[in-house]
Amino acid sequence: MTRTAVARDGSLFRLGLGVAALAVVALVLGIAFVLVDGSLLSLRAFGFSFWRTQVWDPVARRFGALPFIWGTLYSSFLALLLAAPVALGIAVFLSELSPRLLRQPLTFLTELLAAFPSIVYGLWGMFVLVPVVRKLEVATPGWMRHVPLFSGPPLGVGMLAAALVLAVMVVPFTAAVAREVLKAVPGAQREAAYALGATRWEAIRMALFYGRTGIIGAVMLGLGRALGETMAVTMVIGNNPQVSPSIFAPQYTMASVIANEFTEAADPLHLHALVEIGLVLFLLTIVINALSRLLLWRVGKKEEAPAVPAAAAPVAA
Amino acid sequence: MTRELQAPADPGIRIRTELRPAEPAAASAAIGIELRDVNLSYGDNHVLHDISMDVDEKRVTALIGPSGCGKSTLLRCLNRMNDLIESARTTGSVKIKGQDIYGPGTDVIAVRRRVGMVFQKSNPFPKSIFDNVVYGLRIGGVRDRTALEAAAEKSLSLAALWDEVKDRLQASALSLSGGQQQRLCIARAIAVEPEILLMDEPCSALDPIATLKIEELIYSLKERYTIVIVTHNLQQAARVSDKTAFFWLGRLVEYGVTSDMFTNPREKLTEDYITGRFG
Ligand SMILES: Nc1ncnc2c1ncn2[C@@H]1O[C@H](COP(=O)(O)OP(=O)(O)OP(=O)(O)O)[C@@H](O)[C@H]1O
Ligand SMILES: [Mg+2]
Repeated sequence: MTRTAVARDGSLFRLGLGVAALAVVALVLGIAFVLVDGSLLSLRAFGFSFWRTQVWDPVARRFGALPFIWGTLYSSFLALLLAAPVALGIAVFLSELSPRLLRQPLTFLTELLAAFPSIVYGLWGMFVLVPVVRKLEVATPGWMRHVPLFSGPPLGVGMLAAALVLAVMVVPFTAAVAREVLKAVPGAQREAAYALGATRWEAIRMALFYGRTGIIGAVMLGLGRALGETMAVTMVIGNNPQVSPSIFAPQYTMASVIANEFTEAADPLHLHALVEIGLVLFLLTIVINALSRLLLWRVGKKEEAPAVPAAAAPVAA
Repeated sequence: MTRELQAPADPGIRIRTELRPAEPAAASAAIGIELRDVNLSYGDNHVLHDISMDVDEKRVTALIGPSGCGKSTLLRCLNRMNDLIESARTTGSVKIKGQDIYGPGTDVIAVRRRVGMVFQKSNPFPKSIFDNVVYGLRIGGVRDRTALEAAAEKSLSLAALWDEVKDRLQASALSLSGGQQQRLCIARAIAVEPEILLMDEPCSALDPIATLKIEELIYSLKERYTIVIVTHNLQQAARVSDKTAFFWLGRLVEYGVTSDMFTNPREKLTEDYITGRFG
């Protein structure tokens, strides 16, 4: 074949794209391999008990990941609980309610907030949020402190501070995506509702319903961000490995323990245990990603909803 | 624009209108909608100029004219849909049964429940057929299941869709064909029992057979509703409407009984338009 013939039938182009697609697969497999290879000692020493052991003691060489799994899931869940309604509210305000003059600057600000490096949020969390949380905890009446959810000493740093920082980080992100989703809802849908005598609120509800797969995707993206967030959480969560339902208790997350201990882990077993935590985080991310895909697929299938051109649910940890 | 009041040169060759017998009672109909000096501008763009016309009750009125002449805009004045467009400014009065819907203190939502609308592109909600039809009733506060079911059957029957969907009311509305979707939108609009039905080119996205169905539907619905329809299809206007209004550059050029207008237009512009010399 001549060069022009190759160029014309596009096989070079297709080859290029194929290589790029394969590279992604190779990358995922490569990461998995490195994680397994780097954690062999720990995998052999603890097996599956690694997933359910609560002890993390480098001196005694006993390692279990449960407190970190718990801390990551709990903080992300709380953050999502706080962030999702706020983010949706912001998205609805920006796309449906805001006066035109305010819309541009506010949209710009949300997108700017989404772009700040997480260390900035961490500093803000340490110097502004933690003192406020401490005051809140001190002010909590005694009878409430007997509830497991609010037990523990009023330190300021802990699960609540982490969840709040995460929520603040997730809100602009989720709001920006949800706003795009709402923008993609055809005006004809709102007009159809209005023409039937809908109030503004009812028309907005219809738009939200129309874009529901995209909205779920936006929330899942937020979850992905919360799961993998390291710096800001490390600075406010208190870094204490324990499984506790208390939102006042200092706890620990997977990403934080890796960041904190990786450079000082002289003992190979310790190092391998840390890498295995990375492996757990990797698997957890895949599972949650798959679950959110499943959710989107089911919602989409049930109503044969037209696809909303927006983020599906890639969860990036 | 200055109106030319000269008689048409050859009033003989016209589009055939008499597919159905003309409505002899056309002259005696009551007034359904009364427009007086309606002006509308989008920002600096003055789109409607001094529109005054009386729309007959329980008759079909067609709005025709070249693209961009303001037909849709006028239609959307009749249910205050233009309120949703920030730049739109409307003056003048539109009276429905004596009530000026642009008067102070008007309940816009109540107006829209009295004046249903069907759009050019069918726009069902991504919900079941049943949920689509009863949406207007539900947001109007009807909760009773049997009442909703009765209303759904009634409006789907009126929209000539019942037989096709009665076994799959819970299926997604989006699984219907284009023509069925448009009839569903008509059913959805009449489920709230409006007095007036506005239709903006309801057949422009449909094939001839689906179009015929909708036209028959329009013909049968005029017993109950005052219908205003925008169309680019002059044959369609001739077939379904009792009166026709011809617009040009935002002005009402000619308005009269459809058969008269298509056989013997008073205005040169109208004649040029319906004989295809422009537009
Ligand atoms: N939302 C809007 N904002 C600003 N201008 C508009 C808007 N909608 C319509 N216009 C303008 O108003 C004029 C009339 O538009 P309209 O849609 O009423 O025409 P039409 O007669 O329905 O045309 P067509 O037959 O193509 O549907 C056009 O010049 C159009 O550009
Ligand atoms: Mg139009």
